Amino acid sequence: MEITSPRFKQNAREALADPQLQKAMGNVRSGFIDKRQAAVEALPEFDALRDNARAIKDHALSNLDLYLEAYEAKVRAAGGFVHWAETAEDARTVILDICRAAGARTVTKGKSMITEEIGLNEFFEKNGVKPVETDLGEYIIQLRGEHPSHIIAPAVHLNKEQVEADFRRVHDHLPASRDLSEPEALLGEARRVLRAAYFDADVGITGANFLVAETGSSIIVTNEGNGDLTQILPKVHIVLASLEKIVPTLEDAAQILRVLARSATGQDMSVYTTVSTGPRRLDDPDGPEEYHVVLLDNGRSSMLGTEFQDMLRCIRCGACMNHCPVYHEIGGHAYGWVYPGPMGAVLTPALIGVDKAGHLPNASTFCGRCEAVCPMRIPLPKMMRHWREREFERGLNPATARGGLKLWAFFAKRPWLYRLTTSMAIPVLSLFGGRKGRFRFLPLAGGWTRHRDLPAPESRTFMQQWRGREALKQETGGKQGAAR
Amino acid sequence: MSGREAILGKVRKSLGGGPNDAARMVAVEARLAKAPKGVIPERGQLDEKARRKLFVAMAERVSATVRQVKSYDDVPKAVAEYLRSRNLPAAIRVGADKRLAKMPWATQKALSIKHGASDGDDEAGVSHAFGAIAESGTLALTSGGDNPTTINFLPEHHIVVLDAKDVAGDMETVLAKVRRQFGKGEMPRTLNFITGPSRSGDIEQKLLLGAHGPRALHIIMVGG
Amino acid sequence: MNDQTPFRPRVGLFVTCLVDLFRPTIGFAAVKLIEEAGCTVEVPSAQTCCGQPAYNSGDRADTKAIAKNTIQAFEEYDYIVAPSGSCAGMLKKHYPALFKGDAKWEARATDFAGKVHELVSFLVDVRGMQSVAARFDGQVTYHDSCSGLRELGVRAQPRALLSTVEGLKLKELKEADVCCGFGGTFCVKYPDISNGIVEKKTERIEETGAATLLAGDLGCLMNMAGKLKREGSAVETRHVAEVLAGMTDGPPIGGRG
Repeated sequence: MEITSPRFKQNAREALADPQLQKAMGNVRSGFIDKRQAAVEALPEFDALRDNARAIKDHALSNLDLYLEAYEAKVRAAGGFVHWAETAEDARTVILDICRAAGARTVTKGKSMITEEIGLNEFFEKNGVKPVETDLGEYIIQLRGEHPSHIIAPAVHLNKEQVEADFRRVHDHLPASRDLSEPEALLGEARRVLRAAYFDADVGITGANFLVAETGSSIIVTNEGNGDLTQILPKVHIVLASLEKIVPTLEDAAQILRVLARSATGQDMSVYTTVSTGPRRLDDPDGPEEYHVVLLDNGRSSMLGTEFQDMLRCIRCGACMNHCPVYHEIGGHAYGWVYPGPMGAVLTPALIGVDKAGHLPNASTFCGRCEAVCPMRIPLPKMMRHWREREFERGLNPATARGGLKLWAFFAKRPWLYRLTTSMAIPVLSLFGGRKGRFRFLPLAGGWTRHRDLPAPESRTFMQQWRGREALKQETGGKQGAAR
Repeated sequence: MSGREAILGKVRKSLGGGPNDAARMVAVEARLAKAPKGVIPERGQLDEKARRKLFVAMAERVSATVRQVKSYDDVPKAVAEYLRSRNLPAAIRVGADKRLAKMPWATQKALSIKHGASDGDDEAGVSHAFGAIAESGTLALTSGGDNPTTINFLPEHHIVVLDAKDVAGDMETVLAKVRRQFGKGEMPRTLNFITGPSRSGDIEQKLLLGAHGPRALHIIMVGG
Repeated sequence: MNDQTPFRPRVGLFVTCLVDLFRPTIGFAAVKLIEEAGCTVEVPSAQTCCGQPAYNSGDRADTKAIAKNTIQAFEEYDYIVAPSGSCAGMLKKHYPALFKGDAKWEARATDFAGKVHELVSFLVDVRGMQSVAARFDGQVTYHDSCSGLRELGVRAQPRALLSTVEGLKLKELKEADVCCGFGGTFCVKYPDISNGIVEKKTERIEETGAATLLAGDLGCLMNMAGKLKREGSAVETRHVAEVLAGMTDGPPIGGRG
């Protein structure tokens, strides 16, 4: 997919000016936050589970090579295949090969951010394979030729009227007079259309929320059941997952599951948590005949052992973006690649380069709400700051900002000079502020005054006044002493 | 295998350890062997009666319906009554589960029963649960000829028979039972944890039941 | 001096650059409150800024230089108090992180950090202050600034003290824990996004019907006051310390009218 992260500012401006988007983002602000809060409050052990979830992933990451080997051995023992893909291209190639070998013309897909990361749909289309997204949100955006704007609610940027228009445009075999004004009707239509697709598909592709080393299982978590139909009906099931999805045991997955759905949608458990191991067995009347796992690295192994390793704990619940004031303003597309919001601001520079994604870790107020709700306790603001440090070291930030910062730091490091300069400048600025006590416009402060007034300094600086007060105290104190 | 060696090599290099790092190997093997339990919420740690009650309450909270019957003999009647109450045709799809097979289906003369995997044309399917989790109102089902996985997803209505004795407090207890039954580190092709009927909130965050899986989940709990 | 005189801790006031330059009243209110809490206040002249602009721009070298200045200027005091959750958070949480692994400075930064407190939490949590002798007539609403709330756990303390101000009625702000969009340099680097965020904040503020908005961080206050003024709102904006100290005779932040 095209990377538009370098033009983040322009993307953001367009998003802010898009009334449909702004209306839809209201649903994010009202939808997720209260539900998560209620679910968390109903489970006294939630924070203890978070701590343990973090410990499990830290342990798995510190021993990732060993768990990957153990996992691979179990998948093979269960009759499955494991393919290792260093890059997105490797993954695309191996998936296409599997599809070709199966003679696949149509492929159904469960919701998977990793397939977005490797641009699988575009690749399939170029190579004569028809991908059909089955998650309702993914299906909608596929019809629109868009990409997800949220990692668990891909169509969260849309309103029902937009969906209705798309369904009328694409499902043109259905009577034009049908009523699609309510979400129920839209869902019903998608269900009927996609039912046929599940049976037509030769290959089903899903992601994975967890890969379990103990058993060689992949686990997917969904609410719709589309992931299950995608993986049990076609002849071939392909799981595409990145390395860090590994957990040691089923018990470890059970721990993380308890924080996943609560953080994502405020459910105790998602409707379907499905543990799949290998292809169908001899006595199975259903299930895929072939089971393939494509393990994708695509930059993750280079994050291990760095200050960005903690990011690999991410379980893609979306809580960080649900609680992010910046995401609420601009939606997911403005971030310009696959992963939006705070997790995207950390992950995207690691995957596509901080030279392209430099805006993302900067476009944060460091309000810390993302870290406060992250079930895996990922220090997102800290890692965004690490990216800013890398940018600063490499001189990637704009020259004006850099110059301004250096000038300010020059004074901030020299208290006496700082004091001298501010005590001259502030009273003048205060004077210009006048009776109103604020500025509507101030040279060099356009970034501030474009949208708001700038309160003027009260009078002289605190330090000037304090010194005056202290001097006076000493003087009067001295006189009193003399009188005594 | 080149991708494999390259990736594992990079992982090892980043972790700063060698492939024969003995201490790590010991830790990993121990964890895989022992599968230690973590934090188990108090919520489901109840006596049998309270646990079953909690299961029912939690399942109903996620929009499943629950009917409790005394014995397996009462199940066919309960199934027929459910179908009638929803104005559904008197037809079900079931697998080869022996517990289901032994039930007196003949008492429900109008009921037609199809066996095997679902082909997508079934209005209602009946499965027998492997277990259940009171903590979250979740059913556990395993794949195989007894209870084909397609029955869990394709019919509009999924009816699940659950032995009240199989209601556990937490997921870990169910996982231990999977290990006992299938062997350590061995799994059925599919282990489904199902918590309520299918749903989606993808249009304007409005929660709707019956996305791709069953619109309704009806649990018949036997005994207890 | 006799032996009965209770121990009066020496507090070094970290004024913060914004209070120093834009609103000395907050500094004097802080001094008054800290003295009322039984402490002696001193204001070291070797202070400038906590270093956040550099730190959050990725400039570690300058941040460290500024941090060293600050630590040197303040480490002799029993406590270091700042009328800002954001700056106190920087001193308390980020200075030790900044010098992690630095043999000479890590311990010093950690000792220093242990003595740093945000003003209102210092009054309540450290000095046990339960009430203030102040009067403020009218309805106020309170915004929880992010760093104070999430880094330092400042939430109940200002509300507890405000409830003892005579004549004051607190109307809780919906989404009081949501950022106001200031974010230091963020608001000038991404002015349009910042504006979107603060617009929602002022909408919430207006909803309360309160005549006065309070918070504990001047950066956020200037942002919200500036937006309220631009929108022509009648809501006045003050630092919570001004109200707690009874120093509300002067014009509010951003002026009157």
